[in-house]
Amino acid sequence: MSKQLLSTQALTKTYIMGDIHVHALRGIDLSIDEGEFIAIMGASGSGKTTFMNLIGCLDKPSSGTYLLDKIPVHEMSDDELTLIRNQKIGYVFQSFYLLPRTTAKENVELPLLYCRHCNLHQRHEKALHALSIVGIAERAKHFPNQLSGGQQQRVAIARAIVNDPMFLLADEPTGNLDTRTSVEVMAIFQALHKQGKTILLVTHENDIAQYAERQITFRDGRIISDKKNPNPRQAADDLLKLPQLAEED
Amino acid sequence: MSILGIVRIAFKSLLRNKTRTFLTMLGIIIGVAAVITMLAIGKGAQKIVEDQVNSMGTNVIMVTTNFSQSASNVRQAAGTGNLLEVADVEAIHDQVKNILYASPVYNTYGQLKFEGANWRTGIMGVDVDYFYIRDMKVSDGDLFHASDVESGAKVCVIGKTVADNLFNGVDPVDKIIRIRNIPFTVKGVLEAKGQNVMGMDQDDTVIAPYTTVFTRLLGQHWRNMMVLVSAQSKEAIPMVQQDILDLLQSRHRGTTSDEFAVRTQTDLAEAANSVSKTMTILLASIAGISLLVGGIGIMNIMLVSVTERIKEIGIRRAVGAGKRDVLLQFIIEAVSISIMGGILGIGLGFGAAEVVGNAMKWSVAVTPWSVFLSVGFSMAIGIFFGWYPASKAANLNLIDALRYE
Repeated sequence: MSKQLLSTQALTKTYIMGDIHVHALRGIDLSIDEGEFIAIMGASGSGKTTFMNLIGCLDKPSSGTYLLDKIPVHEMSDDELTLIRNQKIGYVFQSFYLLPRTTAKENVELPLLYCRHCNLHQRHEKALHALSIVGIAERAKHFPNQLSGGQQQRVAIARAIVNDPMFLLADEPTGNLDTRTSVEVMAIFQALHKQGKTILLVTHENDIAQYAERQITFRDGRIISDKKNPNPRQAADDLLKLPQLAEED
Repeated sequence: MSILGIVRIAFKSLLRNKTRTFLTMLGIIIGVAAVITMLAIGKGAQKIVEDQVNSMGTNVIMVTTNFSQSASNVRQAAGTGNLLEVADVEAIHDQVKNILYASPVYNTYGQLKFEGANWRTGIMGVDVDYFYIRDMKVSDGDLFHASDVESGAKVCVIGKTVADNLFNGVDPVDKIIRIRNIPFTVKGVLEAKGQNVMGMDQDDTVIAPYTTVFTRLLGQHWRNMMVLVSAQSKEAIPMVQQDILDLLQSRHRGTTSDEFAVRTQTDLAEAANSVSKTMTILLASIAGISLLVGGIGIMNIMLVSVTERIKEIGIRRAVGAGKRDVLLQFIIEAVSISIMGGILGIGLGFGAAEVVGNAMKWSVAVTPWSVFLSVGFSMAIGIFFGWYPASKAANLNLIDALRYE
C-alpha cells in the first residue's frame, strides 16, 4: 500500500455574504495517496474549486481537518501556509497566470525566488531543467505574449514542478486550450505521473477526466462519487490519432 | 527570501515600466534639486554678507550717540546729541584696556571737482588709526600720515569709484581736487572694497584727516561724530563694549547709558544674516513643498501600480511569496524611486546652483548637509508614501487577487 499524502475530515467552507451563508463545502472526507492521478469533477458551483483552494492552501477551511503529509494544515498560520505553497504544492491554472513582460525562464524561477536556500546558479539550472521536462527549453527567453496558449501552459507546468513539490494541483488546465493542445498538456501530466508525481486535476470535461486513474465527482458541496478508472486513456496514443497541425511558432 | 532577492524583484518590475518610473521620479528629482539649489543660493547670499561684514575690519566696535534729550524731555533725532568729542576718543584710546586702535569718524557730503569733472560723494574725516581698523590699503600712491592729521593738512585719499568718475583715466596721485571748493591733494587711491552690508558702495568715498575736515569743511558744527574702535581679540569685545560705555557715562555727567550706542560688527552681521536666513528658509520651504508633492506622486503611482498588479500579487503569493515579501517589494520599489530621484536631483541641483551662481556672479555653495538632508528626506518620503500602497498590496485576499480580472 502506498503512503498517504493528504486526508481531509468533515472539511467545510462557508462564505458569508451579508445575511446569506453560502455553504460551498458541506463536509468532505477524502484520502489521497502518493502517486495518484485524480480528476476532480463537477458542474460549476459544485464546490470543486473551493475544495481545490483548500487543498492548495490558498484558503482556510471553516471547519474540519486537513492533514498534508500528516501535518495539520488547518491549524497553520499565514506564514506557514506560504511556506507550504512554496515547497510542497505546484499550481497550474486555467488561464496560465504567467507574469507579463517576464521571460518564460524568469516565470519558472518565480517559486525559487521566494525559497531561502536557492542560489542564482541553482535557480538557473532548475528552471532550465523544468522547461526541458515540458519540452519548451528553447523558448526560455520568450515573453508570454510571444508564446501560444499551449506553450504558455507548458511554462506554467514547468513553474509548478520547478520546486519538486509533493503534488501538482491543476485547475481546469485545458479550459482555455483547443483539443489537440489539451491532449498535449494531458500527455505532459501523464508523463509526470509516470515519473511518480501526484496530480490533482480539477475539470468539468469528461474527456479530460478519462486520462486520470481516479475520478471524484462533486455536487452541491459534497462528494457524490469516487471511483477508480482502471484503464485511463493514454494521451500519447491519442495524439497520434489526432491530425497533425501546422507547427507552432 | 533574502532582502537582496526582493530588491532584485523590485528593480525588475521598475524596469518593466521605465517611462512611468522615470515620470514618478521626476517629482522627487525636481524637489530635491530645488531644495539643494535654494539652500546653495541662500548659502551664497550668506557668504556675501559675511564677506561684506569682514570688509569692515576685524573686531570692530562702533560708538555712536543714540539721541539727545533736552531739559524738557524732548527727544531729538539720533546723532544730534553732539556728545562725542575728540577728547572722548583720546580717553577711549588711553583708558580702555584691550583695544588696538580708536579713531573719530566725521561723515559729511560734498561736491568734488577736478578740472572739468565733478562728483558728489561722502566725505570722511578720520585719524590714521581708521586705516588700520578697517584694514585699508592703497592700490596707488600712499595713505596720509599722523603728521598730516596733526597739522590739519589738506590731503585726502579717494575710493576707486571716485577715482573712476573724477579722473577718467588720469593718475589721481598728487593731483589737486577741490572739495567744497577747498583744494586737497590726492595722496592715494584705496583698494576696492565693494558693497557694504547695507548695499552701499564703500569705494564711493573721500577720506581726509579729521582735523582738516573739522576745521575746513564743518566749521563749528560737530555732526554725526562716530568713534571706531578695534578690540585686541574677539573675546575682549564684550568687555571693551562695557568699558567704553562706563567711560563715556563718567565723562558726560547726567547722561544715561541709552544715549550711547556701542555696536559691534557682529550685531550688524546678525541683522544682515537674519534677512538672508529668512529668505533661505522661505525658498527652501517652497522647495520642500515640491518635494512633498513629489512624494504624493509616488504614492499615487504606487496605488495605481498595486491595482494594476493585483493579479501579479496573487500569482506571487500563490507560488510562495509571503505577505512580508510583497510588502517589502512595494516599499523597496517606492524607496528606489525616491532614492534614485534623490540622486538625480542632487546632480541637477549642483548643475542648477552652478548656473545660478554664474548668472548672478555669486559664490553659490552646495553644502554637504543639504545633500544629506534631501537624500534622507526623499528616502523617508519613499518609505512614508510607499507604506500605504505596499500594505494594501500585502493584505489583499489571495483568492480574490488570483481571480481578479
